[in-house]
Amino acid sequence: MKTFVFIEHYNEEITPISREALGAARTILDGEVIALVFGSDAEEVAEKAFAYGADQVLACDDDSLDDFRVEAVGPLVAELANEYEPDVILMGASVTGRDLSAWIGYDLDAGVIPDVVDFTLDGDTIKALHPVYASKLMSTAFVTGGTQIITLRSRAFQAIEPDEDADGDIEWVDAVADDDAVKAEIEGLAVSEGGVSLTDASIIVSGGRGVGGPEGFEPVRKLANVLGGALGASRAAVDAGWIPYEHQVGQTGKTVSPDLYIACGISGAIQHQAGMRTSKVIVAINKDAEAPIFKLANYGVVADLFKIVPALSAEFSKRLS
Amino acid sequence: MKVVVCTKQTPSTTATFTVNNGVVSWDDPGGKPNVVNPWDEYAIEEAIRLKENHGAEAAIALTAGGESADDVLKTALAMGCTEAIRVEDAGFAGSGSRGTANILAAAIKKTGADIAFFGKQAIDGDTGLTPVMAARALGWTPLTYVSAIKSVSDDSITVERQIETGTQTVTAPLPVVISVVKEINEPRYPSFMGIRKASRATIPVWSAADLDIEGAYGPGSAKVDWSEITQPPSRDTVVEFISGDSAEEIAAALATKLFEEKVI
Ligand SMILES: Cc1cc2nc3c(=O)[nH]c(=O)nc-3n(C[C@H](O)[C@H](O)[C@H](O)COP(=O)(O)OP(=O)(O)OC[C@H]3O[C@@H](n4cnc5c(N)ncnc54)[C@H](O)[C@@H]3O)c2cc1C
Ligand SMILES: Nc1ncnc2c1ncn2[C@@H]1O[C@H](COP(=O)(O)O)[C@@H](O)[C@H]1O
Repeated sequence: MKTFVFIEHYNEEITPISREALGAARTILDGEVIALVFGSDAEEVAEKAFAYGADQVLACDDDSLDDFRVEAVGPLVAELANEYEPDVILMGASVTGRDLSAWIGYDLDAGVIPDVVDFTLDGDTIKALHPVYASKLMSTAFVTGGTQIITLRSRAFQAIEPDEDADGDIEWVDAVADDDAVKAEIEGLAVSEGGVSLTDASIIVSGGRGVGGPEGFEPVRKLANVLGGALGASRAAVDAGWIPYEHQVGQTGKTVSPDLYIACGISGAIQHQAGMRTSKVIVAINKDAEAPIFKLANYGVVADLFKIVPALSAEFSKRLS
Repeated sequence: MKVVVCTKQTPSTTATFTVNNGVVSWDDPGGKPNVVNPWDEYAIEEAIRLKENHGAEAAIALTAGGESADDVLKTALAMGCTEAIRVEDAGFAGSGSRGTANILAAAIKKTGADIAFFGKQAIDGDTGLTPVMAARALGWTPLTYVSAIKSVSDDSITVERQIETGTQTVTAPLPVVISVVKEINEPRYPSFMGIRKASRATIPVWSAADLDIEGAYGPGSAKVDWSEITQPPSRDTVVEFISGDSAEEIAAALATKLFEEKVI
């Protein structure tokens, strides 16, 4: 199997989801792993792609590719796919991966399976698990012929341990899109305040209506910080204006699957569950022993979150110091 | 400037599902099995705002689906869309994302619109491929995950997009395909008058013969087999309640469990 992996990078680092895609290509798909690395940092990033499992890199350092614009990147990936004929094209199910997979799926008339959480190989066909109906059902989909384009859900696959001595061939290619064909002009980027991104986080501490107001998020945020995790929220808390939407977990928020999800003052409505039910270990802290979240949780504490959450922060600060 | 908004009928978010021999059926204890795809409500609202606040000549709601999908169009009309069109043809069944994009693109072209709004994804298949694929079919610039329209004129549009690293500002000439995210607005509820007017509306249906569809559609066009659908095993956890005499004691006991689980 010949596999293309599209690499997203930021500040010369390969993003976690692209390292996971390289890992999936290396360990599950047997064969040649060709990483596509575009933009003016291509050379530095290519070295890292080898460390994370690429055999070869197709690189293009045209500055039209610097900030991902699908009108510039899509035609180049499609052209390279026509030339190298990969069996599989993998990328993250990020904003970038979603745009790029749809673009090249259309142009190559190839099957696209988005947001895959697991896959196996049946001969040369990938049987890919894609949650549908907000994870209430699972679809085992496959591409019926031609190139198989798969986007991977964040944290569903593992990156390999980087091998700093790994090396390979970098082949430099030219950009293909005409200036006139790239119509979108990027005028600026307001980088979101640091902190751990929800979808990449291995620990998430979330607050719901039970926190009672914007100040009620403080102990929850503190616990997230102590654990080096990200801050999540239910829609009720977001709709009340206590915390920005980017923190919302659920069917109309983000889908997450951390190792540890701590729900504080969240009842566990079906739409909230849709975003977090695949977490490895779930802890629920809620005053109401009948709250549906306890049907999902591995550990439960029936108590006032304003007593338990600060005590947890103190306990973990002690043990982690 | 003329605006069209594509919306799909989907099961409600509280629907419960059963699978029998690969056939999915659903029911909603609340009695509302089908709704406007929740992500599309934001697209409909934004289309109406372009009409109300930026002088778009029309805000046309468009769906591909069977007769029951008239309900979503009526909701769009009740909210304030100026027209609604349903496309349906026996040959459309089994079209897949690319086929659906080709069908919607032909209908969008026929409306004469130069801005086409989409939701971010449909909550049934959760694929989110249609907007960019429709943009390819139309040859228009796709602007996805849009959280704000900063300015719009008859020949260009400036938007903010939510990408992983932050908020990106992008300008593109019309025509464009736009998919929106939740931050963009607060969808209105249909007014009483709107509902009355929408209930009396007759909705035109365009078939394949009415459209100039370029590219493949229908069963033969789909490149992905989605037929194997299963109910995931329920999360077989029995919750272990942690109790104790004080918050500190509970915290210590829970911390010990979580270290044993190796999740910290
Ligand atoms: C189309 C649609 C999409 C939706 N999408 C989402 C989504 O993406 N994400 C989402 O989360 N929801 C979503 N919802 C909303 C969902 O149905 C629920 O309304 C919401 O999740 C409830 O949030 P909550 O659990 O914070 O609030 P509540 O249900 O009000 O629960 C609050 C909980 O806090 C507990 N509590 C109160 N005080 C304390 C205290 N001091 N200590 C401990 N516990 C306390 C209470 O016992 C209660 O269980 C959606 C709904 C619809 C219709
Ligand atoms: N049958 C359809 N009719 C109208 N619009 C659709 C249809 N299918 C998808 N869409 C639009 O495309 C978006 C993404 O859908 P999907 O690619 O199916 O996740 C939806 O939010 C709708 O705006």
